[in-house]
Amino acid sequence: MQTSRFTLLYRNFANNIYSKPLSRNRFIHKAFFHATKKILQTSGAPPPAEGYLPGVAQSKFIKSTQEEALKNSELMNTGVANGETKKMNMFQAINDAMGIALTTDETAVIFGEDVAFGGVFRCTLGLAEMFGRDRVFNTPLSEQGIVGFGIGMAAVGHTAIAEIQFADYIFPAFDQLVNEAAKYRYRSGGLFNVGGLTVRSPCSAVGHGGHYHSQSPEAYFTHTPGLIVVMPRSPIQAKGLLLASIRDRNPVIFLEPKILYRAAVEEVPVGDYELPLGKAEILKSGKDVTVVGYGSQLYTLENAIKLAEKDIPGLSCELIDLRSLSPWDVDTVANSVNKTGRLVISHEAPQTSGFAAEVATSIMERCFLRLEAPIQRVCGLDTPFPLIFEKFYVPDMTKCYDAIKEVVNY
Amino acid sequence: MKYLNQNFLYSIMLLNMNVNISLRAISKLHVKQASNFLINGRRFISTSRILCQEPIKNKSKEKVSFPGATGSYFTNEIRFIQSIDPIPTYRVMDRQGKITDPSQDPQVSENFAVKIYKDMITLNILDLILYDAQRQGRISFYMTNFGEEACIGSAAGLDNEDMIFGQYREAGTLLYRGFTLDELMNQCYSNENDLGKGRQMPVHYGSKKLNFQTISSPLATQIPQASGAAYALKRAGNKNCVMCYFGEGAASEGDFHAALNIAATMKCPVIFFCRNNGFAISTPALEQYKGDGIASRGIGYGIDTIRVDGNDVWAIYNVTKAARKLAVEENRPVLIEALTYRIGHHSTSDDSSAYRPKKEVEDWKRLDNPLVRLRKWLEDKNWWNENFENEYRSSIRKEILTAFSKAEKLHKPSITELFNDVYDHPTPNIIAQRQKLKQLIEKYPNNYPLEKFKNKGKDL
Repeated sequence: MQTSRFTLLYRNFANNIYSKPLSRNRFIHKAFFHATKKILQTSGAPPPAEGYLPGVAQSKFIKSTQEEALKNSELMNTGVANGETKKMNMFQAINDAMGIALTTDETAVIFGEDVAFGGVFRCTLGLAEMFGRDRVFNTPLSEQGIVGFGIGMAAVGHTAIAEIQFADYIFPAFDQLVNEAAKYRYRSGGLFNVGGLTVRSPCSAVGHGGHYHSQSPEAYFTHTPGLIVVMPRSPIQAKGLLLASIRDRNPVIFLEPKILYRAAVEEVPVGDYELPLGKAEILKSGKDVTVVGYGSQLYTLENAIKLAEKDIPGLSCELIDLRSLSPWDVDTVANSVNKTGRLVISHEAPQTSGFAAEVATSIMERCFLRLEAPIQRVCGLDTPFPLIFEKFYVPDMTKCYDAIKEVVNY
Repeated sequence: MKYLNQNFLYSIMLLNMNVNISLRAISKLHVKQASNFLINGRRFISTSRILCQEPIKNKSKEKVSFPGATGSYFTNEIRFIQSIDPIPTYRVMDRQGKITDPSQDPQVSENFAVKIYKDMITLNILDLILYDAQRQGRISFYMTNFGEEACIGSAAGLDNEDMIFGQYREAGTLLYRGFTLDELMNQCYSNENDLGKGRQMPVHYGSKKLNFQTISSPLATQIPQASGAAYALKRAGNKNCVMCYFGEGAASEGDFHAALNIAATMKCPVIFFCRNNGFAISTPALEQYKGDGIASRGIGYGIDTIRVDGNDVWAIYNVTKAARKLAVEENRPVLIEALTYRIGHHSTSDDSSAYRPKKEVEDWKRLDNPLVRLRKWLEDKNWWNENFENEYRSSIRKEILTAFSKAEKLHKPSITELFNDVYDHPTPNIIAQRQKLKQLIEKYPNNYPLEKFKNKGKDL
């Protein structure tokens, strides 16, 4: 076995240090510190907490110039179409959205674990200083308390933006979300509602998250009537969808793919704008295959489509970002499948009873006779999210590319 | 003191907000070698006491430095604290309705006291009639309030704008606030006039006008909601509080603990009112907890706590008034544990003789009855007598029966109400499903009880 470079360097260094008489020399300690740092950097620094997804920045769907960003037809009536934009990554865009929400709504507050100092992903950075600790505050460590508290605030007409630190930890709040928030308006005959509640939570794989820092729990909530579930794919989308979610008069669960927090920077309009909920977006037009996804998975699908179109000359795929999962835009997807006759759906969450099952069945009902091939689902495996086997677990570019090929060659 | 500048004072302020140490305590910190560190360019002082201690003045009470318990002091003795003395129970009247301590006399007017008593009688007779109605199959479900009528005293101690989050055995508070017999009956019959539009089981009342949040079946879910609502009311500056009711069984749920903790840390003006009636369906209190009731938990969360005789309406009234003052004027949450006894069954689906002797129930009904205690107090003051009692009982009974038969004759709500209010606007999937049901009913009209419903399904 070849001794690693780190070990060799360390041994050399240690021999030097310990064979000589010990001198309390500060410089030795400093040198050691910097040497170690250098070694670690060259041999591979630890991954950032939210993961690192190279390639997103190069994606065609990331609007890196102001012109591209403002060309968006959905921004046309929002008042920011001719406005200023600023380079922001996704956590900065989310931060911006929350700042605007708190500025425009006096009853809006943000709370959760560790949000006061800026949050573990920096989404709430600077907000406590700007709006005060009575509006941006830490809660004790209890998700059921956080969501229950938020429901109570919303029940008396205030705007509550609750943060659940990781979507993997949303389950203690499941009862409050499903039995209370979702049913609040319905069970009271419309007398009361918790439209002012928005629950934000980082979700999805990061590369090293394992069971409890990688989950995508959207399917548990899309199955509950009364909740709205949204997942953005980029900074511009995140800001607009979050503002729409906060202002929507229904309880919204806003899932943020954490690997995208710093993955790419877009020219985000600095003004106040909302993007429509319940509407999907066609990212790339095509005539042969409809590919549907949401969140971080879209960039994997983009790469798979690029490869497939290269390998199969003449192939053109249509890529759709659902954005809202509950309620979801069946019409856009159905129209697309009526055009192409082939459907591939992909998400990181496990296959069985995952959201792809809902999409596949609805489209089968609507487009049965038009389908040229069975609908393909490319999903996470039916296992807990493993650590070391992540590369085999996730629906990576290879699996997506393979599914596109299968559906085309059926 | 080279750090005594703007930054230092700002950090002290942040420290204060973080850790709730009084400014006086902070001034005692000797900032010789402050453990400063930088976060994003801001200078912070660590949240623990400075580690280089001042010389120990009192050796036996050396204070602890750790941020987790800044009030603690070191000890050399291993002493497991098993329990504190049982928390005493505040009482105003004895079982015969005599005031035990004149200084605690509620000093209320005749109208006020008589209204409360009349509401208690109304509740009592309502329970008897609706319980029988369920037994006859006229309504699907009912829960009585026998033994806990004195709870009305807590509603009397509140403001009308104080928001109530209940559990399910607080119909008395709704009646006190002005819920009509019609509204109550309509909900139990799930008919077209039900404010809840027929969506929930009987006794799941709600009223926006009377500031009473709609009841839900899951237990204790309302408790953290009450904390949040109180925080919102505090921010709104209305000088109102929130009243939250729950039983001793529900107080075992995680939601209870989360709620008290956050109410304390966020200083929410909420009154947590626990009706400890000794039973959670069949589970007696002895199997529900080992500590000193629910009250002992409030102290653990840093909350002002009091225990009260739950069958003594004036004790409850006095305590609620005092608690409200603490909540509204000082933004302090309060925990009130009202000890009482559940005379009725848990609900119409329960027969309590299966787990407790009938004699025990009858003894409680006879010896410590909230209605009897208040009645005796009223009669002592010559504000009530046998004639008034009989008169009122028969007139209210007639009223109740009138409302009862009126509610029974009404249609059930339009079937469209099945699909409304899921969201603030109908969504495509719901619209599609409503269409489908409409077509199904047109195809198979005899398979569905359409006549019972307003518009017979034709408006789908």
